[in-house]
Amino acid sequence: MSDTIQLNFTVPGDDFTRAGEASSEVKGILKKLGLSPMVVRKVAIAMYEGEINMAIHGGGGEITVEISDQWVQMVLADQGPGIPNVELAMQEGWSTAPDSVRNLGFGAGMGLPNMKKYSDEMSIDSQVGVGTTVTMRVYLNL
Amino acid sequence: MTVTEMAEKLGWEVLVEGEGACREIQTVYCCDLLSFVMGRAPADSAWVTVMGNANAMAVALLADVACVVLAEGAALDAEAAVKAKQHQIAVVSSQGLAVYPSAKAVAEVCGL
Repeated sequence: MSDTIQLNFTVPGDDFTRAGEASSEVKGILKKLGLSPMVVRKVAIAMYEGEINMAIHGGGGEITVEISDQWVQMVLADQGPGIPNVELAMQEGWSTAPDSVRNLGFGAGMGLPNMKKYSDEMSIDSQVGVGTTVTMRVYLNL
Repeated sequence: MTVTEMAEKLGWEVLVEGEGACREIQTVYCCDLLSFVMGRAPADSAWVTVMGNANAMAVALLADVACVVLAEGAALDAEAAVKAKQHQIAVVSSQGLAVYPSAKAVAEVCGL
């Protein structure tokens, strides 16, 4: 695999029945490409958490996935309210999710921590009132 | 032991066969909070839960568990059943057993 493969997805806001479709599709593609089960699982979990965050907090957004011969990169961009305090948002258990989301089993403040846990590199660029872009990479050979 | 063999030995109902015939159960994980399951459920585990909704099926798929065991008589809703079939996720019902006896039964029958 020498060329980089790029995939683009649109995540709808507040539609939790469709949340996970993009991650599921990427998981299937990575399996077909023959990547290791560990890499596939890390990407699937990190991306799904991001997808759910976009649906809950960001009003939806765009995901770009690039697959090279060394890494899988996910860029998740929304135009939501932004994160006022990223350090606080990274703490396990910190959540601003509404009760309706908690009733579905989400909103426990594990989204960003899980994304950090399952990606090898992660950066957050967020501006209040503008939006949030999260970039994650999972390396194929670590 | 595979999911299908486990369900057969315990006399549990297979709600969705999925990949149950070829997924080996390596451990058991119990939790209903999807955010926790996503980050902590081991791959190839039998996940015991009462969450039978479409989001739970997405989590099962992406966390790569061997199967979902619906305990406490929890139902698999129609949308979740469609998703499970679409993605070949094995779902079994422990026939009304509570979470702990469900997990214990899986562990014992699988020799875990």
